[in-house]
Amino acid sequence: MKWWYIALVVCLLVAAFSPLASSSPDGLERVAEDKGFLVLAQDAPFQLIADYAFPWIENEAVATILAGLIGTLILFGVVYGVAWLVKSRRQDPAM
Amino acid sequence: MHIPDGFLSIATVATTYAVSAGGVGNAVRIANRKLGEKQVPLMGVLAAFIFAAQMLNFPIAGGTSGHLIGAALAAILLGPWASVLIMSCVLLAQSLVFQDGGLLALGANIFNMGIVASFSGYYLYRLAVSLLGDGRRGRLIGGFVGAWGSVFLASIFCAIELAVSGASPIAAVLPAMAGLHALIGIGEGLITGAALSLVLVARPDLLQLQKI
Repeated sequence: MKWWYIALVVCLLVAAFSPLASSSPDGLERVAEDKGFLVLAQDAPFQLIADYAFPWIENEAVATILAGLIGTLILFGVVYGVAWLVKSRRQDPAM
Repeated sequence: MHIPDGFLSIATVATTYAVSAGGVGNAVRIANRKLGEKQVPLMGVLAAFIFAAQMLNFPIAGGTSGHLIGAALAAILLGPWASVLIMSCVLLAQSLVFQDGGLLALGANIFNMGIVASFSGYYLYRLAVSLLGDGRRGRLIGGFVGAWGSVFLASIFCAIELAVSGASPIAAVLPAMAGLHALIGIGEGLITGAALSLVLVARPDLLQLQKI
């Protein structure tokens, strides 16, 4: 078994813990609120899986876990693909 | 630290997009020359880990939370240019699919959390390792220092962009951002150290890969 199968499963496990995350505003959001410029924030022109909650699912924890698992798989696939496309075609014995 | 749309002026949006586009283009060019077969799955795994870990906000003081950026970890394992590529993909997906970070602010977010965080994290780690040696202790301390510095510096650049955009005066936004992220950086340092020590136990050879 390739090592990164296990590593990917670990990443998916990390994503599955996402409902436990703190829901307090993050550093930038806190500063924006305190300094009074949070009102400038504009909503995105379209929404897919906004706020890391998969739409049409009532249960908040399930919606978050599903969004996390989908995102983790998307990022693995996209970056694996990008890296495969840009990687050097030259055979390098040092690697 | 994902900037939403509305905070940045058009001039800041244009400048940060131009700089980040140049940075990402250079990252592709360098990866095209140096990236080998062996790094490809590690790139994918790091992107997956960074996305997943960024969802796990941890509480810091005063009803505020922070989350991992991950650029320092990626840069330590793969090198700063590979890290710029990974972070750009993570930030692009977060903006397009999860509406975290604005589309117009994407250039600034890639600049702060991709370029600034990757290079500062990488060179602070290298500096610490050159002073403390490349044993386990030196690498873990280096990882903590690099990770902390990457968050701190990224927040300073973020504050400067907000100030030049007119969102808030620099005297207000800079100390506020730097102060909170000095705390969030401790979390980044601990997570980066934990991830590095896991790699040192499970796959120490991954730390020996050529840096990109």
